[in-house]
This record gives sequence, structure tokens and C-alpha cells, in this order.
Amino acid sequence: MFEGVPLTWFLITGTIMFFVGIYGFLVRKNLITILMSTELILNSVNINFVAFNKILYPDHLEGMFFSIFIIAVAAAEASVAIAIIINIYRRLVDINVEKMNEMKY
Amino acid sequence: MIDFSYTVWILLIPLIMFVVVGLFGNRFKPLVSGIAGTAGLFVIWILSLITAYKYFFVLEKAADGSFQKFLAFNVRWLNLTDTLHIDMGVLLDPISIMMLIVITTVSFMVHVYSIGYMDGEKGFMRFFATLSLFSFSMLGLVVATNIFQMYIFWELVGVSSYLLIGFYYTRDSAVSASKKAFIVTRFADLGFLIGILMLSFATGTFDFLTLTGPNSPAFSSGTGIMFLGLSTMTWSMIFVFMGGAGKSAMFPLHIWLPDAMEGPTPVSALIHAATMVVAGVYLVARLFPIYVFAAPVALDVVMYVGAFSSIFAAVIACTQFDIKRVLAYSTMSQIGLMMFALGVSGYGGHEGLGYMASMFHLFTHAFFKSLLFLGAGAIIHAVHSNVMNEMGGLRKHLPITHITFLIACLAIAGVPPLSGFFSKDEILAAGHERSLMLYWVEMIVSGLTAFYMFRLYFSIFWGKDRHYHHTPHEGSKTMTIPLMLLAIGALLSGLIPFSHFVTTDRLPFAAHLDYGIAIPAVLVGLLGIGIAMVFYRKETDLPDRIYNALGGFSKAAFHKFYIDEVYLFITKKIIFNYISRPVAWFDRHIVDGAMNGISFVTNEAADRIKRFQSGQLQQYALVLVSGVVLLTLLFTYLMTN
Repeated sequence: MFEGVPLTWFLITGTIMFFVGIYGFLVRKNLITILMSTELILNSVNINFVAFNKILYPDHLEGMFFSIFIIAVAAAEASVAIAIIINIYRRLVDINVEKMNEMKY
Repeated sequence: MIDFSYTVWILLIPLIMFVVVGLFGNRFKPLVSGIAGTAGLFVIWILSLITAYKYFFVLEKAADGSFQKFLAFNVRWLNLTDTLHIDMGVLLDPISIMMLIVITTVSFMVHVYSIGYMDGEKGFMRFFATLSLFSFSMLGLVVATNIFQMYIFWELVGVSSYLLIGFYYTRDSAVSASKKAFIVTRFADLGFLIGILMLSFATGTFDFLTLTGPNSPAFSSGTGIMFLGLSTMTWSMIFVFMGGAGKSAMFPLHIWLPDAMEGPTPVSALIHAATMVVAGVYLVARLFPIYVFAAPVALDVVMYVGAFSSIFAAVIACTQFDIKRVLAYSTMSQIGLMMFALGVSGYGGHEGLGYMASMFHLFTHAFFKSLLFLGAGAIIHAVHSNVMNEMGGLRKHLPITHITFLIACLAIAGVPPLSGFFSKDEILAAGHERSLMLYWVEMIVSGLTAFYMFRLYFSIFWGKDRHYHHTPHEGSKTMTIPLMLLAIGALLSGLIPFSHFVTTDRLPFAAHLDYGIAIPAVLVGLLGIGIAMVFYRKETDLPDRIYNALGGFSKAAFHKFYIDEVYLFITKKIIFNYISRPVAWFDRHIVDGAMNGISFVTNEAADRIKRFQSGQLQQYALVLVSGVVLLTLLFTYLMTN
């Protein structure tokens, strides 16, 4: 399906997704959006893994396995994070990350 | 050779009693712990008597006919080097066996007496536990096989004395008396420790058998001049004697003994009359060969300190009104006599008369002095007062105490044929051979002794019948029976031919009564008794007139020659002001200042850095990302170049 697409294109897509994710993590104030940015970062890594595996070592499967693991862990992480966010909302009636500074000095 | 290794149980039984009574005593009625402690003492009393019998009459003598001196039990406790090690064990020779008998007998009597005397006191169990601890430490001290074991038990004795003086710990005077006793003796023990270190450094051993044996390294090493024209051995023996002087309340380290009378009276009888305070005498006797052969100057120190203490204390005793204090000063005076006798003694056969006399007097003194204290306890128990002015005419109310007290007074005054007469006569005979001046000093002391003892006796038992809150009566049987048994000891112990058992070289010799000395001594004693009878039998103003006629001297004697005030001056005015305060200032400002400075700097720095910990998640993330970016750039730069 992607025959002939060069490796560089995949890497460029991954890099753009990664930095979009970093940017969103640092800038957005909504906890849900921050969580989504984290997913973007993880998926950019997935793309790199799959692309390297497919193009450089077509007869190996480790890269595929790694991305499947990451997807599974990311799903678990998302459920935990959303549970935390819901608890924070119940307590503070707000999910603005700047309001969550209880743990300072 | 008979096996004597069972003697270690003489030590262990009181220790076990201390642990058992101390830990589990409060689960039972108080009387149970009293009876348990007394039963333990009874067992070791019997064991000591059996040991003495077997040692003196059954055990074969050494080749030259002397009593053997051997280790009945020994374990190596601390290995310092291959040759220098500290042992724990049991050394048997005539003086340690004599001390075993003295300690167990008096301690057993005091235990029995205390069951009646301490009845109903708060802390009954604690009292008996501590008494057992004391018995253990004192027995360990006298059977010590080496000077270090002696030192350890020496301190243990000090601790138990501290605990017992401060028995009534709710009374301020008792607390300060116990602290005073502990600090003064501890200060003296510093000298003892220095002496031990010098002695063992010079000779390379702690062991008594080696140190006092015929080829002792103490005779050959450490003889060079060291300081102020005296040899190492002399200095070490003087320091060792300092420890002994502290425990035995010799001038000028005697100030704790009169205050120690704050403790319960049975404690005074046991510790501050018969056993612990003679530890110093025992120490000098134990190291006697070194004193005689290697450090005669130190032996002279012993002689002069003993002689001075005896007359000093005798004079003070004549002016005191608290009966226990009179007895305390009398104890100090009698121990001074023992020290004096050691000081004038030589070595071997008749030369060692003073040594024998000193041990003899220690033995007889233990009986009559503990009897005096227990009698005083019975009197205090009956009239609830320590002051003799508030007593009088008690002979009708306390007949048993009266008779036994009289026997003890006659014994200490040296009236024949009671025990004190024989031992004091030997001391005077030994003194006469050495120094005529000190002989007369001791003669005066024995006159004063007779005087102050009978001053006490007549003011308590004769004179006007005072008005008491309730009619005084004798204590229970447990209090009167020990009095009677000790009175038998005070009556008869002088008849023991001591020179056949306890001598410097452990060879028996024959000591005879010297009538040229015995007759004046008895006359001086009778004179003292007579004067006391004139003064105190009926109420007269004669004593007061004489007291006033002597003016400043008697006032000074009444105030114990202001020795306590001198100590207070030295400690409060000089040591506190010129040493303690600068040291405290240094501690507060320099040492504490440095510490506070360090903590201040840390605190300030932390205050600055803590702003990083803002609690803002995205700020942390920014720092993390920038760190990663910076590191990546750095490594890229390093890799490409």
C-alpha cells in the first residue's frame, strides 16, 4: 500500500507529530488536551518504529511488537490519566493545569 | 589440693538475687524479696565460713609452711595483647578470705535487720535488690585476681553506694549527699586509674600474683627518678592510694562520708562502716609488697595521712550531736588507725606486725562498728530522731539495744577483754616501734575515741528521761537478733590469734601483749570513759563551759574545720569562675556558633533555591525539554567534531 514511499517522509511526519505534541504539552492549559498531546508524542514514536522496521529490516518484527506494546501501554495510561482528571475535576471543579499547584514548596 | 572453684558462686548468688529481685520483685509481696535476698546472703555466708575453714585448717600449706595464695577460678576476659590481658576470677589468700567472712557476716546481719527496720517503707524491694548488688560488687572487689578487676568492682561498689545513699530520693539532702559521695569518690578514682596505668605500664601486668610475688616486676622496673625526685613506682602507688583514700574517707577526701549518713541506717552499717570504706585499707594491703619494697615513700604517705585523719576525725566526733555523724567520724578515725598501722608496717614475721594489726582491727571494727550503727538505727527507729540532745534515759525502754550498744562502745574504747582492745593494742605496738610521736598521737586518738563514744552512750541511755511522742520500744525480733549476734562478734573476735592467720608473708608468727603499751592504752581509754561519765551521765553545764573555754578551736571543730567550705570555695569560686565559665562561653559562642552558622547558610541557600519548585507542571516539562534539547545539541556538537 505504501510501496515506494521513502523513509524520510515517514520520519518527517513523525518529527512534526512529536513537536506538535511537545508544543501542545507545554502550552495548552486544559488537562484533556495535554493528555492528547502525550498521545501524539507516543504515536510519533510508533510511526518511527514501524517505518524503520518495514523499510530497513522487512524480515524482522521487533519494531511492530514495540509499537503494539506502546499502544497497549498508552491505552492503560490514558484510562488512568482520565480517572485522575475526573477526580481532580470533582475536587476543584476545574481542569486548568495552572490551578494545580498544591505541590509547590 | 582441694577444689575451691565453687567460690565463684559466692559472687554469683548475690548477682542472681539482684537480677531476680530487681526484675520480678514487684510481682510479689515486698516481704518475699526481703526474704529472698536474705536467703541468698545466708547461703554465701555459710559458703564463706566453709571456705575459711577449709582454707585455714584443711588445705595443706606451701613448701615453706605459709598459707597458699592461688587462683580458685579464672577466666580470661579481655585480651589486650598476648602478654597483657584482663582476667576475671577468684583469688584466695588469707586477707581475701578474711574479707569474705567480714562482708558476708555483716551483710547477712544487715539483711536480717533490714527486714524489720525497712518494714513498710516505699521501695522495700528496691532496697534489697541494691543491697544484693552491693554485696556482689564488694565480694568481687576483695577476690579480684588483678588490679583491673578490682577497679571494675570498685566502681560498682561506688554505684551501689550512690544508689543506697540516695534511697530516699524525694529528699533533697539525700540526693545531694549521694551526688557528693559519688563525685568525690569518682574524683579519687581518677587517681586510682592513673596509678593503675602507670603501674601496668611499668610492669606490663595487672595480675596480683605476679605483682606481689617474690620476683615481682614492680621491684625491678619503674625505679628510675621520674618527677619531683620520686620514682615511677612511688608515684603510681601514691595515685593508687589516692583512690583508696577516697573510698576510705581519708583526709582531705573524707567530706562525703558524714553526708552519706542520709541513707537508711542499715546501709550506713554495711557500706559506710564495715565494708566499702575499708576497701582502701584492703587495697593498700593487697599491694603491700610493692609499697614496702618499691615505694617506701608512698607508704610514709599512707602512714601520715592515716595518722592525721584519725586524730582529725576524732576531734570532730567529740563536737557533733547527730549520732550517725558521730559514728561516721568515728569510722573515719578508726580507718585512719588502720591506714596508720599499714604505714608503719614492715615485711615478714614480726616486722609485719602493723599489717597484721591493721587487718585485725579491720576485722574487729567491722563487728563493733556495724553493731553501733545498727544500735543507732534501733534508737532512731524508736524515737524518730537523729539528734542526741533529744534523747535520754533510753536504757529503760530499749534494754537489748542498751546492752549491745554498751558492748560495742567498750569494744571500740579498747577495754579488755573485748575485741577492740586486742587489735588496737597491736596497732599501738606497731606504731611504737616506728615513730614515738605518732604513737602518742594514736594514744590520744584512742582516749578521744573512748570519750566520744561514751559521750554518745551516756547522752542516749542515761540522763533525764525526755518527753517522747510515744513510749519508745524495741523493734521486732529481726532487729534485735542481729544486734545480739554482732555483740557476740564484738565480744569474742579479739580472741582470734590473728597473727597465726593473716600476716605479710602468710607465715604465722607469735604476737604477744606488750604490757608496757597495753596498760597505758587501757588507762587512757578508761580516762576518756571517766570524763564522759562526769560530763554526760547527769545533765551539767560542764561540757558547754569547756566548749566555750576552747573558743575558736571548738567552734572550728563543730564546723568540721570548714573543710566543706574550702571545697565549696575551690569549686564555686575558682573552678566554676576561672575554668567552667570560659569553657561554657567557648562552647556556647565558638562551638555552637559554628554549628549555627552552618545551619544558617544552608537555610538561606535553600530559601533561594526553593522557588524552582513552583508546582506548575508545564514549567517542569519546559525545563525537562530544554534540558534534553541542550544535551542533544551538546552531544551532536561533540560527535561531529
